[in-house]
Amino acid sequence: MEYIVELDGVNKVYGKNHVVKDLDLKVKEGEFLTLLGSSGCGKTTTLRMIAGFEEPTTGTIKVEGEAIEEKEPFERNVNTVFQTYALFPHMTIADNIAYGLKIKKVPKAEIKTRVKEMIDLVQLSGFEKRYPSQLSGGQKQRVAIARALINKPRVLLLDEPLGALDLKLRKQMQLELKRLQRKLNITFIYVTHDQEEALTMSDRIAIMHDGILDQLGTPSEIYEAPKTKFVATFIGETNIFDGTVGFINGDEVQVTVENGFITGKGDDFKFGEYITVSVRPEKMKYSETPVEGFGIKVVVKDYIYVGSVIKCIVVLPNGNELKIERLAGESLPEIGSAIYPYWNKEDAVLIHSRENSIFEALDNVVLA
Amino acid sequence: MELGERNEKLIKKHKWRSNNLPAIATVGPVALLLVLLVAVPLIYVAVMSFCTTDQYYNVVFSFSLDNYKNLMSADYMKIYIQSIVIALLTTIICILVGYPFSYLIARTKSRWKQLMYMLVIIPFWTNSLIRIYGWRTFLGTKGWLNTILQTIGITGGPVDFLYKQGTTVFGMVYCLIPFMILPLYTSIEKLDGSLLEAAADLGAKPFKRFLTVVLPLTSGGIFSGCIMVFIPCLGYFFVSNILGGGNSDVIGNLIERQFKSGNNWPLGAALSIILIVITLLLVKLYQKIGGDMDELGV
Repeated sequence: MEYIVELDGVNKVYGKNHVVKDLDLKVKEGEFLTLLGSSGCGKTTTLRMIAGFEEPTTGTIKVEGEAIEEKEPFERNVNTVFQTYALFPHMTIADNIAYGLKIKKVPKAEIKTRVKEMIDLVQLSGFEKRYPSQLSGGQKQRVAIARALINKPRVLLLDEPLGALDLKLRKQMQLELKRLQRKLNITFIYVTHDQEEALTMSDRIAIMHDGILDQLGTPSEIYEAPKTKFVATFIGETNIFDGTVGFINGDEVQVTVENGFITGKGDDFKFGEYITVSVRPEKMKYSETPVEGFGIKVVVKDYIYVGSVIKCIVVLPNGNELKIERLAGESLPEIGSAIYPYWNKEDAVLIHSRENSIFEALDNVVLA
Repeated sequence: MELGERNEKLIKKHKWRSNNLPAIATVGPVALLLVLLVAVPLIYVAVMSFCTTDQYYNVVFSFSLDNYKNLMSADYMKIYIQSIVIALLTTIICILVGYPFSYLIARTKSRWKQLMYMLVIIPFWTNSLIRIYGWRTFLGTKGWLNTILQTIGITGGPVDFLYKQGTTVFGMVYCLIPFMILPLYTSIEKLDGSLLEAAADLGAKPFKRFLTVVLPLTSGGIFSGCIMVFIPCLGYFFVSNILGGGNSDVIGNLIERQFKSGNNWPLGAALSIILIVITLLLVKLYQKIGGDMDELGV
């Protein structure tokens, strides 16, 4: 497999802030990779290190196999689309797009044809002579994309490019960006905090949390098999149970939780281990009588109608709420009635808890 | 019918509210002040520039173009040109010194930023006449600079730094450089840092970034700085009086002389009008280039 961008043991420290921690990330040629995380997770810093605006404190960054972490931005074969567009206000749209080529002293005739091509590609014909201040947000964004793409970069870096647009325009631009990426077959590294955007557009998603890469995988891997509690809660809705492994029978793992016990499937779990169980609302089922392997009882609290599905909010004895999703039209238990939730055992995602390491460390301290 | 009446009442009420006070009561006092303190003296000067004097130097009200004719003579022309040369030199030096300094204080992330900015402002709090006298004391043959230079043995005897055209230009730069730095600072600080990153990202090296992005986007600040240095420079007679010799007169010196020792007020008035016309032409030029009048503080 050919990797176009490789980050190896990258750390970034600002004063006392450790923003990016031991990041290893390999980006495949031609893929649409999204760095996803909440603000302050280090995703933008990572992008800026690839672009060359920041230098990693330690570690190497390779583009096309060549270490570039000490190169200036203008020496790298990557281009950036900025969140704030960063269009040159004193230049026309055509001049903005032509900027990179003019700097590289490309012959004028060639610049003209390539600018024309780009303007057609981003559907801005007729706007060549206008200035950025005369364009709408969506149009500015297209110019920013065209200005970066005209340099034929091997990798295009996009820093929350749709962040400033309204919802409808954002949806439209998402599809358009995806179309552009397929058509030009350029590697896109895309930063966003919007999980839906990431799921819609990406070939692979890298979820970052507190400077750590929590999980790297395809959208369905991330959704179906989250590796950490953060990933499970960050992507889509889910029900989370924290507990300890109480009983293992083959690949079936019974977990003791605060309000009883539940069962899921998984291997490499140990008896007594702290684990987190995540079950998506649409995988949840319920019964009026107890089900084998499940020992929790809930009271139906409320229903929320969300178009084609109905969300059923139920309450555990400790006050925690769970969500069960039903298709509209299915029969529903009455509000206030007691039910027994369960699920197909393979639908639960069992996650090793980070707390284990703390308890292991504590054990060692006691022994010493 | 009833509706129409009510509507009319409403309109009347509204009118009463928006025009609560007649214009004369709101802008009247300001207008009166401006007329008394600006318009009347200006008209007086303009009128006087067409007057003549009798043998006792009293102003005789008449209409004559003699003053302007006299001012077109070669001797005066020499001084106009000299003024413009001094003002140009001052402006150029102010840009060369002021631009890097403004860039530094506008873009620095240092916590001394405020202090550096204040260092430009603070000298304003002292009268510039006193500061220029200070320089004379410092630069004179028995001044500090000469004493220091002789003590460490760089010069054998006293060097005459004063009474040269260069000294006048130096004094002008010293007095006027804040007027260059402040508009430059404002325009450089407004510059969005991501534009520089974008330019770098698109392959521009530092000098190219400066030429293609920084300079065009701060040209407004440069223009207004130039106007604010160049125009006062033509009139700052006290600088050339105190620091310059006889060969560094600016238009301001001529005007001062006509009103004081020359005792020819009409000629001085005509000179003032010429200076005003030059100023207006420059401001017009500034507007033509696309300068923002707000940046001039006009």
